[in-house]
Amino acid sequence: MYRYDEFDERFVRERVAQFADQVARRLDGSLSEDEFKPLRLKNGVYLQLHAYMLRIAVPYGTLNARQLRQLALIGERYDRGYGHFTTRTNLQFNWPKLRDIPAILGLLADVEMHCIQTSGNCIRNVTADHFAGVARDEIEDPRPTAELIRQWSSGHPEFSYLPRKFKIAVTGAEEDRAVTRAHDIGLRLRRHPDTQEICYEVSVGGGLGRTPMIGKVVRDDLPKKDLLAYLEAILRVYNLEGRRDNKYKARVKILVHEIGAEEFARRVEAEFAQLDGPSINADPEEVARIAAYFAPPAYETLPAVSNTLEAAKACNPVFARWVEVNTTAHKVPGYTAVTISLKPVGQAPGDATSAQMRTVADLAERYSLDELRVTHAQNLVLPHVRLRDLPAIWQKLGEAGLAEANIGLVTDIISCPGLDYCALATARSIPIAQAIQQRFADAQRQREIGPLGIKISGCINACGHHHVGHIGILGLEKRGIESYQITLGGDAGENAAIGEILGPGLAAEEVPAAIERIVAVYLAERLEAESFIDAVRRLGLAPFKAAFQEVPRAAA
Amino acid sequence: MAAVAKRVPLPAILLANDLLDGDVVFAAAAGPDGLAWTRDPAQALVASDDAAAERLEAFAAAELRGNTVVDAYLVEVGLEGGRPVPRHFRERFKTLGPSNRPDLGKQAGEGIAPAPKG
Repeated sequence: MYRYDEFDERFVRERVAQFADQVARRLDGSLSEDEFKPLRLKNGVYLQLHAYMLRIAVPYGTLNARQLRQLALIGERYDRGYGHFTTRTNLQFNWPKLRDIPAILGLLADVEMHCIQTSGNCIRNVTADHFAGVARDEIEDPRPTAELIRQWSSGHPEFSYLPRKFKIAVTGAEEDRAVTRAHDIGLRLRRHPDTQEICYEVSVGGGLGRTPMIGKVVRDDLPKKDLLAYLEAILRVYNLEGRRDNKYKARVKILVHEIGAEEFARRVEAEFAQLDGPSINADPEEVARIAAYFAPPAYETLPAVSNTLEAAKACNPVFARWVEVNTTAHKVPGYTAVTISLKPVGQAPGDATSAQMRTVADLAERYSLDELRVTHAQNLVLPHVRLRDLPAIWQKLGEAGLAEANIGLVTDIISCPGLDYCALATARSIPIAQAIQQRFADAQRQREIGPLGIKISGCINACGHHHVGHIGILGLEKRGIESYQITLGGDAGENAAIGEILGPGLAAEEVPAAIERIVAVYLAERLEAESFIDAVRRLGLAPFKAAFQEVPRAAA
Repeated sequence: MAAVAKRVPLPAILLANDLLDGDVVFAAAAGPDGLAWTRDPAQALVASDDAAAERLEAFAAAELRGNTVVDAYLVEVGLEGGRPVPRHFRERFKTLGPSNRPDLGKQAGEGIAPAPKG
């Protein structure tokens, strides 16, 4: 894991002191709310419906046990004993008091964490594949790239007042687990087909929200050494030409769409050609220094099969099912990556109590080389687990209410906080997720349905990624009540696609039955071993639309 | 000249968030002529005519200037059992708390004094 050097440490500590002073000046009245708001947003402090909210950056979703324990402590001491993991792999506390936030930031700085650039029109927390460094289909670990971008973008003077927020994701694997094509910039490490050298495929202009777009590839063979200069060229073109007259048209996706990907790429290349690359690109020594932090840990030499694990699976089908669903093949024999579901049926997706955080921190320290990850799907990962340790881990997770075997299944729902917390929301998300989970709670049924991603947002801003859900649900207000629009056929992976609307909005209580009908069409029509999304692609929308129209509705 | 913001239909109450704590607060009658903030929505002063609404608006403006609250605005209410209840579901949640966590927020009695016995 990356560790702060003296510059990182000083930068974060200085920011804590600055913000503490800004809070003090707000409280004594020398800053008005209009003056203070942009300052608090730059430090992750929002005002929500019931209270303030603090968004803490988890760079590329990587944490160690000490950091997670500190988050647990903050949750207990300054909040209500729980936090919410988000689709940007950050953690949000829903109830902090403004007067306590400087103290919280100090506690975060103690464990090399902060809230900088988790809001505002700047480059936000960079996300990456949550199986970075362990996935078998990986070409190169994306974390050194993500960390380099974090350092370059933190407090970058030229890009602190962009037309709008800017999100970057990085993957180094064949399968896109980081939703790169729905980001302002998506980077995919790949091997150049001719030279075999590792380079970047760069896509620009993806994004969800009001105008969902899939990113367009503007360069497919960017040499690694040119990364920062090329990013700088993209950001410059956007900073100069992105719209500032209309916040709904200010994201880079609109610029790329309006002038076309080809013309955008041409302008970027022109800017790139005249930039002084060597003065912008990272010093190779610094790149090597960063990369060294992500060198593979000292794995043991283990047999590829663990007799302990096989014996435990043989006598406990519930455990065997959890292993089947919640573990992912590791590049090192005898190891596996465990995904801990933060979607126990009936709970708010992505919420974890301080006690649960401590349990996971203990497990990471004891069984996963002191490392864990946050996924964009709002789950946690223990990335380096010996197969033989799985029974003990499962036991501990079960005691903490975290042994749900549902990763990638119908109850593993992505959901934003919605109108239960968020001041921007137009409808609730969490109760919809809970109702669908209850409807599909039966483990056998979930198994029969197989992989199916439902994603729910409580407003058009799409924090719940509904556009790229196999089934997407968008909560809106219609004539004074909550109304839910259902989309079908979205995909967050390497075949990224925006879902299409199935029909008129539904009342909250009608949503589970509608999902049921959509799933029934799939079960009736699927070919052998055909997944839900593959069936939707083959069948098209028509049969699903027909079933959707038969959903019984409350009298209008 | 800026257009005058249209006032919500009456009856209405005034709500805001406390600057220091972020808690939702409501303007309530205090003393013979005064107004003060309460965390209890049942205590909110209901403005049923323009004069009462203007008084709440003047209080909101002064309190925003005085840096005691943020995000103060009038909310249309109905009366249920003599208590004001916001007509829009968004503000109803502000008087209750998160619907998935009945153990938290005003619905759990947070910041609200228990009713006197007897």
